[in-house]
Amino acid sequence: MNAKLVAAILLALPLFLSAGCGEQQKVTVFKQGVYQGKLDARPWDSADFKGDKAEWERAINTRMNGQNEYVRIGG
Amino acid sequence: MARMKFLCDAERCIECNGCVTACKQEHDIPWGVNRRRVVTLNDGVPGEKSISVACMHCSDAPCMAVCPVDCFYRTTEGVVLHDKDLCIGCGYCFYACPFGAPQFPQDGAFGLRGKMDKCTFCAGGPEADFSAAEFRKYGRNRLAEGKLPACAEMCSTKALLGGDGDAIADIYRNRVLVRGKGSEVWGWGTAYGKPERPAAKPGR
Repeated sequence: MNAKLVAAILLALPLFLSAGCGEQQKVTVFKQGVYQGKLDARPWDSADFKGDKAEWERAINTRMNGQNEYVRIGG
Repeated sequence: MARMKFLCDAERCIECNGCVTACKQEHDIPWGVNRRRVVTLNDGVPGEKSISVACMHCSDAPCMAVCPVDCFYRTTEGVVLHDKDLCIGCGYCFYACPFGAPQFPQDGAFGLRGKMDKCTFCAGGPEADFSAAEFRKYGRNRLAEGKLPACAEMCSTKALLGGDGDAIADIYRNRVLVRGKGSEVWGWGTAYGKPERPAAKPGR
């Protein structure tokens, strides 16, 4: 029993000792003039439009034309 | 949908700061950060002009050019956004921007300068749409909801227009053609009406 425990500790010991050696690279390597950040989704890819670009453009156009009160209230 | 732009009609802006309030409320902007503000020229003088100013989402944005960590990007709709995870808060963009759009939260005890914050055209940022992280870092993503920026939609006089550059330019052009310009849109004649016929001759 004791021998098994010692063997288990001996097997696990290298894992503990080498844990610090597995550190990930945290420094971002910058490339001049190139966006380095995360990618952004397009607005029509949202849950509301599910990739339907035409539907999104229709919604935006309706709102845009709503800003023109000469059209909206028939000036 | 080529380029999303703002256009402020100085003849209509009444300096109500409704756009500023709408922006603050929509994105839960902290104290000291103003993504949008109203600037008044010749304040108090008859004929003063006010315009609402924020990030103009420049087609050739100087903030993008000077950023040392290249955290800016332009979306397919022409909205200039940035990744706050990369921003180091150096402030170069603040010096480069002709509109004073980049803002730096100073909520620390000794004027700590945090990561840059600016108008996103209500388009969120590089996080999952409608996620808590997106709201916390960049504010609400109205564009993905099929809506225009809150400031433009809340403008009571429709002085501030937002949307596709060509579309809002058409709205503005039509407006100017209808109302005229200069003293035709401001002053006694507009406020009290112009005489429709010459004054009657005295006597009899």
